[in-house]
Amino acid sequence: MLTRRTLIASALAAPAAAQVDLGFADNGMRPTTRAFPQKGEMILQRSTPPLLETPLSVFDANDFTPNDRFFVRWHYPFPLQIDPAKHRLRIAGHVAKPLSLSLADLARLPRVAIAAVNQCAGNGRGLFSPRVAGAQWANGAMGNALWEGVRLKDVLALAGVKAGAVAVRCGGLDTPLVDNAPDFEKSLPIDHALSDDVLIAWSMNGTALPLLNGFPLRLVVPGWYSTYWVKMLDAIEVLAKPDDGYWMAKAYLQPANALADIAPGAPAGPRVPVTTMRPRALVTNIASGTKLPARALTPIQGVALGGDHGVTSVELSADAGRSWVPAQLGPDHGRYSFRRFRGALALAPGRHLILARAKNAAGVEQPLGQNWNPSGYNRAGIEPVAVEII
Amino acid sequence: MRLAVALAAIALIAAAPPTRRVAVALPDAEGLLPERYSVSSEAANNNCLACHSAAMITAQPRLTRVQWGETIAKMRNVYGAPIDPADDKAILDWLVAD
Ligand code: HEC
Repeated sequence: MLTRRTLIASALAAPAAAQVDLGFADNGMRPTTRAFPQKGEMILQRSTPPLLETPLSVFDANDFTPNDRFFVRWHYPFPLQIDPAKHRLRIAGHVAKPLSLSLADLARLPRVAIAAVNQCAGNGRGLFSPRVAGAQWANGAMGNALWEGVRLKDVLALAGVKAGAVAVRCGGLDTPLVDNAPDFEKSLPIDHALSDDVLIAWSMNGTALPLLNGFPLRLVVPGWYSTYWVKMLDAIEVLAKPDDGYWMAKAYLQPANALADIAPGAPAGPRVPVTTMRPRALVTNIASGTKLPARALTPIQGVALGGDHGVTSVELSADAGRSWVPAQLGPDHGRYSFRRFRGALALAPGRHLILARAKNAAGVEQPLGQNWNPSGYNRAGIEPVAVEII
Repeated sequence: MRLAVALAAIALIAAAPPTRRVAVALPDAEGLLPERYSVSSEAANNNCLACHSAAMITAQPRLTRVQWGETIAKMRNVYGAPIDPADDKAILDWLVAD
């Protein structure tokens, strides 16, 4: 039983509870917890509103992240009881016919399933150097699932988008505790909202979404960061002018360059909303800092995502990137899915830094160095894994 | 292999929307911020734990007094935190006593 006392003890760094070391330069110990509903063992970043991280070992064992190990991120409080029969999705704004749809109404539209990675824009923020404030995630604020539901564009067609629409704003049942705080709403440019791949999903890996992952409906925006994947979706508003709300105009902004990269301390310069993800590969079978026995070839496996295009290759290096050997790619579940990889390196006794880099179908490759920005978004460089062969 | 089979099966079934009501409970939060090197956490406890639990603060890296000051301002100006300016000094004293 997780009592209030043990929670206090674990969160405030008493040694007793199970702890994981997330490998940050400072303050990287976190307790694990099994106390959250519909969730197995998760890394506890914050209990209210919950921030729960997926341990790397889960990615090592699965192409599809089990629902009970899928990361959780809320900004504001949300209802803890939901009756899907009473849930309504309202479509309003710049449309011919405003609608209020039940889940049964949605179910009459063509059903679609898509495998896609859902990754927080701040995934890996705790590894930033210099460090920045915000949720201190290691690399477990992501997961891959098979999402099932209907296309956003089919729902919008029912309401009839009027000429001159520029964006589609989505909101969920979460609400700030304080009245004058900005409601959490995100919007997609109209062309993107009307594309084939954006879904309103009610199912994740074949079952209903866990409440903490957005039951009963959430937006699925494959290739784009999680901030757009609005949970407990209940409101869609078609806009005839750009969204000037806080969460689009002021938050989740990145420096306006492909890698979201500026020198620490440099002026932020022009900023744009975070949108598409970049290719990334993560070694999942060896935790950084591990000692391993010597053998002819050391097996290395992990998980890769391609961002908004499929993964085409993952390569491994143990000589700071002077030479690379290809890893073998696992099953292909579609361009937006995780792709697992497996390879091996000949490592002599001594210390090594293992590098794994992914490349996507658009030819984008992971850079050797890490990008940096003051909000800790879009971490995209290679994540070196230190090993000692003994 | 197993996954490929599961995938095909799921695609055929086409999961229907949920109909069953879900009700959950969340565990208790982390509790109060502790005193640090004899610096009282009272002002931080009173002003910082209404909207998010203590780990939002204890999980942060070491930030400077200026950075923490900016965080307090953001909480007040953006998220509507009713933090009495008279408490800022005591909150900051605790935040940097790390
Ligand atoms: C009125 C509500 C409220 C109060 C009171 C409040 N916060 Fe926050 N805080 C938020 C929200 C909302 C966020 C952003 C959403 C999230 O991260 O979950 C946030 C985020 C943060 C972050 C992450 C960094 C960032 O810039 O977003 C830190 C650190 C933080 N708060 C510290 C504090 C401290 C210290 C206090 C007290 C002096 C405090 N908060 C009081 C609502 C509040």
